[in-house]
Amino acid sequence: MKKDIILAGVGGQGIISIAAIIGFAALDEGLNLKQSEVHGMSQRGGDVQSNLRISDKDIASDLIPYGKADCIISVEPLESLRYLPYLSNDGWIITSTKPYINIPNYPDIDKILTEINRIPHHIALDADAVAKNAGSSKTANVVVLGAASPFLDIPYEKLENSIRFIFRKKGEEIIQKNLNALQTGREFAEQCLNN
Amino acid sequence: MPKLLLLGDEAISQGALDAGLSGIYAYPGTPSTEITEYVQNKKQAREDHVHCTWSANEKTAMESALGMSYAGKRSMVCMKHVGLNVAADPFMNSAITGVNGGMIVVAADDPSMHSSQNEQDSRFFGKFAMIPVFEPSCQQEAYDMAYSGFDLSEKHKIPVLLRITTRLAHSRSVVITKEKKKQNEAHLPSDPRQYILLPSFARKRYKILLNNQPAFSEASEQSPYNYYKDGRDKSLGIISSGIAINYLMENYHDMDVPFPVLKIGQYPVPVKMIRHLYDECSEILVLEEGYPLIEEMLRGFINNGIRIRGRLDGSVPRDGELNPNIVAIALGMPDPRGLPVPGIVVGRPPSLCSGCPHIDSFKALNEALGSLPKGHVFSDIGCYTLGAFEPYNSIDSCVDMGASITMAKGASDAGLLPSIAVIGDSTFTHSGITGLLDAVNDNSPITVIILDNDTTAMTGGQESPATGHIEEICRGIGVKKEHIHIIRPLKKHHEENLKIMKEEIAYKGVSVIIPRRECVVALDSRMRDKFKTKKTIKA
Repeated sequence: MKKDIILAGVGGQGIISIAAIIGFAALDEGLNLKQSEVHGMSQRGGDVQSNLRISDKDIASDLIPYGKADCIISVEPLESLRYLPYLSNDGWIITSTKPYINIPNYPDIDKILTEINRIPHHIALDADAVAKNAGSSKTANVVVLGAASPFLDIPYEKLENSIRFIFRKKGEEIIQKNLNALQTGREFAEQCLNN
Repeated sequence: MPKLLLLGDEAISQGALDAGLSGIYAYPGTPSTEITEYVQNKKQAREDHVHCTWSANEKTAMESALGMSYAGKRSMVCMKHVGLNVAADPFMNSAITGVNGGMIVVAADDPSMHSSQNEQDSRFFGKFAMIPVFEPSCQQEAYDMAYSGFDLSEKHKIPVLLRITTRLAHSRSVVITKEKKKQNEAHLPSDPRQYILLPSFARKRYKILLNNQPAFSEASEQSPYNYYKDGRDKSLGIISSGIAINYLMENYHDMDVPFPVLKIGQYPVPVKMIRHLYDECSEILVLEEGYPLIEEMLRGFINNGIRIRGRLDGSVPRDGELNPNIVAIALGMPDPRGLPVPGIVVGRPPSLCSGCPHIDSFKALNEALGSLPKGHVFSDIGCYTLGAFEPYNSIDSCVDMGASITMAKGASDAGLLPSIAVIGDSTFTHSGITGLLDAVNDNSPITVIILDNDTTAMTGGQESPATGHIEEICRGIGVKKEHIHIIRPLKKHHEENLKIMKEEIAYKGVSVIIPRRECVVALDSRMRDKFKTKKTIKA
């Protein structure tokens, strides 16, 4: 078993939390893990990514080579396209379509969506809207994780346990909101896959 | 033994804590900040009374660590690579004094300059000081090197340098910890003159350092972090230092490299091992995360031996960090990229946060300078350096910590008027105060804007040593009271702030303006902490 995942977003959008949820579940499954993160200057509203590598064998590199990523999980549509050279031919992109506009030259969102739709395997959803409908606008990142969950080779219940563990100090209400978000994202992906 | 999921930085801290660390000293700087923060947040460290508050700068940190070592305890000092420049004086001299309690100097290098102004390689500093250097390849080695580094330090009575790079510093993996050791009892050095570097004593100490070199080399030859792995194909031998070994292994199924590999993680370079590889193989490829240190030594000036490939002959790019693909290309393998990045994808540089007090300060400054052409604002290192970008275009320099004030002074000496310095509160206490004193002594016609956001923001909000009394420091070193102004950088005060800036820029002497408002990120996290009703650990 090997999963190479690129998590993408803008500093402050919560991609490290997604990495932590998957990472905890992977360790719980007895798998090896390496997870590289971006700290420092780029966290101030710049593009950030995390390389998350999970395997039942030893993992050599902290960085994923070009063409080897099994999926790109992005909480922002422009950012989902930035790492395409890393995606394998049969890899998946799971991304939110809600733009985060903090640069003056942000491209036309329709053009971005056209590019995303060109990628053979993709799931695109407005995670902010879905999260809001599911009860908490702050859980958009977990909605995206839910949509990515069919591609992770990690039992869904393990991800749920992971959320319970990681948000344990934040109270039952927050845990429940995140579990709902995960479930809603998951259902969206399953619908896409069935069509 | 327990398993922990740790960043490379955190593995260093945990290794040091388990080795009986008594104090960690540091000034925050990416990618080194998390080493000290981990100790600050660790219950174990609080219970064991491990000293862990921030220092004013890397030099004061290095000297404090040396003082703790003098008193017989194990100490660690951490900084980013350019911080080692600031601490270079005590660092170089600590190699001459040697140590009493074990002392590890951690330098976190930033190849590719993710958050830095250069990509200098601290291994050269280790070589310069002639002390042992460790360079981990993974989180476990980062832990082990910190854990065992104190033993080597105490065995040879020498500070050791632990050099880590950004990628490993900020990557997590599982680390297996070792048995926790007790802290040293305080005790004075056995030689009462060890630390008195008067020339006559220093010459003796220097001889001791020189005489110890063979022992350091032998330690490298025997080190578990340096090993030779034979390969069936001798057409190529590979020397790989630090994290480069991972990128090499990544390119072979089951990590089965057909060529002999020499993995290096401890310096001085193990010459005997290198000689062996050199004799065995018809060509050598050197993979180093950083400058071509080993490669240059191997080539020498004449380079009339077998072919040596690496950063110097273009097999590997001369600058920037390594990755699996760069190594693959150096090995003649294909570069299997996925789809190209679509042309519409634009860069997203970091930017000042919405609501950031610096935005109001820059708006006022830009307007105060009016139609003056660019080239009058010297800045410094912190979030406000982002004022170099659109839409502000407010600053004209960023060189090193504290250089804003001194460069403004030098430029004003040359007749460039107005000359304005823009510096943050934490950078001011790091290295700005002495420069301001120079300006006061010369009555230089400069205006110093000290952006006081109550925190060390760029590195994640560490407490700032001068919070609340910057104006007193300025008065204390002789800035006239009537030319020190504290302003509120808010839209509603814009006209008032603009007036003060214009007046002080026109004044032909040293003036200080302190725009004071809390960083919005710090404010946000303070509010969140407040509502968590959880007791915060911050003092």
